[in-house]
Amino acid sequence: MTLRADLPEETLAGVLAKAFGNRSFLIGFVITLLVAAIALLSFVWTPHDVTKLVIADKTQAPSPAHWFGTDHFGRDILSMIMVGARNSIAVALVAVGIGMGIGVPLGAFAAARGGIADEALMRVNDLVFAFPALLSAIMITAIFGPGAVNAIIAIGIFNIPVFARVARAGALAIWPREFILAARAAGKGMTEITVEHILPNIATLLLVQGTIQFALGILAEAGLSYVGLGAQPPMPSWGRMLFDAQTRMVTAPWMAIFPGMAIVITVLGLNLLGDGIADILDPKSRRQR
Amino acid sequence: MTYLLKRLIIAAVTLVLASMVVFAVMEILPGDPARLMLGFNASTDQVELLRNQMGLNAPLVLRYLHWAGGLLSLDFGRSYTYSVPVIDLVRERVVVSLPLALIALALSTAIAIPVGLFSASRQGRAGDTLAMGAAQLGVAVPNFWFALMLIYLFAVWLRLVPAGGFPGWSAGIWPAVKSLLLPAVALALPQAAILARVARSALIEVLNEDYIRTARAKGLPYRAVLWRHALRNAMIPVLTILGLQFAFLLAGTIIIENVFYLPGLGRLVFQAITQRDLIVVESVVMLLVAAVIAVNLLVDFSYAVVDPRLRGRQ
Repeated sequence: MTLRADLPEETLAGVLAKAFGNRSFLIGFVITLLVAAIALLSFVWTPHDVTKLVIADKTQAPSPAHWFGTDHFGRDILSMIMVGARNSIAVALVAVGIGMGIGVPLGAFAAARGGIADEALMRVNDLVFAFPALLSAIMITAIFGPGAVNAIIAIGIFNIPVFARVARAGALAIWPREFILAARAAGKGMTEITVEHILPNIATLLLVQGTIQFALGILAEAGLSYVGLGAQPPMPSWGRMLFDAQTRMVTAPWMAIFPGMAIVITVLGLNLLGDGIADILDPKSRRQR
Repeated sequence: MTYLLKRLIIAAVTLVLASMVVFAVMEILPGDPARLMLGFNASTDQVELLRNQMGLNAPLVLRYLHWAGGLLSLDFGRSYTYSVPVIDLVRERVVVSLPLALIALALSTAIAIPVGLFSASRQGRAGDTLAMGAAQLGVAVPNFWFALMLIYLFAVWLRLVPAGGFPGWSAGIWPAVKSLLLPAVALALPQAAILARVARSALIEVLNEDYIRTARAKGLPYRAVLWRHALRNAMIPVLTILGLQFAFLLAGTIIIENVFYLPGLGRLVFQAITQRDLIVVESVVMLLVAAVIAVNLLVDFSYAVVDPRLRGRQ
């Protein structure tokens, strides 16, 4: 049986009731769901075909036929934003997966072992943090070549120390607790205790950090695509759309306005969701609202 | 070991490790600089000769020591593509990037601290909700998109500032600063949003302390309590974020300098990557990393200034 230190008597229904009474969570949840739904919808339907270039329709202002206007190849901006959502979500999600998958075991291990293992991990963390993430991502994509997969790797690598640090700090706070002592007295080993007792108790922290890194991943992907190192054309990506828009700011400002708003709304939704989860699951942070 | 000495040693070790990482990464990068300089028509012998001259055939450890030794004396070697010492390129560019990052940092702090104080002292009221709503939005804005919107508004529409380019400091202080204004605002606002949130929650934490109640009870006006007692005690998390933000601002200049066509370090490193001018890439990356480590060390030292208890601690 798993002992939960943070949620002693909570039922699922109780948590849900709390969740939907929380403004941040509610707004964030709705926005995130909407963006995910739009990305999924783009697999089966978009207003226009994003692979078809209609030069006769190039750089048209927003109209009933093209709600967000068209780009310099006559492609429908709204359709491109819908397909671009897919790319942004996929890159950020896998990057968070890499960060969690490697960072959490490292952090939990360091907290369990302490001593030299812990010290070494923290120094490596310091080292990675000394490299401005974007600069390193640019270097990594420059080495392995531009593309969505390398963007994922570049962003993922910088998620590792973040999750390692959060997992370590969280685990260190749990280890001295009495129920851990009880588990040790019962003869459980470090790995067993970490999996059965530590991880469930830091899951909240990790979830909150996960939404933050997800949002940062979307921003980072947009930045990389913007400098030409992310998803390659013809795959639509929000950052790339902004790059194309830059030289056409005077004649076709809508090419820049709408993809940027898509990024802002998505990141805003994820941040609100993360704040909301932190509020709901950690009553201490509540008083700060 | 005192707190400061320990931080100093950690910074030095991190710097050495970082230099090894940068060197190793550059080693595995594809492309032969000698071949690049001579062009594809050069014979293998010519390339080999140049490789020897450039010291590219020496053992790995020797090459590292030679490179690292050069760094210490600010001798970074010569750029493959520009054929000038890298330090000259850096010197030319740093006068754009450093002022840009500093103006942005100053702007961000000047906005964030008052907003944080305002919000914390009106916790839960309309002003706080509004300010934090704006901050939440600011965190979500990509700085390069914000830059494009600023260009549209202030350069294309209102024609108040140039849309890009840099006239150089020789053109006078004001024209130069003017061309850095929009990029600095673009860099600063999203950072200010993050900093304001941190400042607010740190202040709220402090405002709940007993000594704040004591200060109020002894008759100090609220404003004095806020600035003298609360702000000082809330500085540690704020300084930590400031240090991290400096790293972010330095990296942010890479993209922002591309938006505004500013001839800074970011553009230099970006062009060097596309031109495979590895020596420029490794030098600039190393400089930026050293700057980040130095700033974080400075932050550690400033903790001790803000919080005297840290000075003698282990």
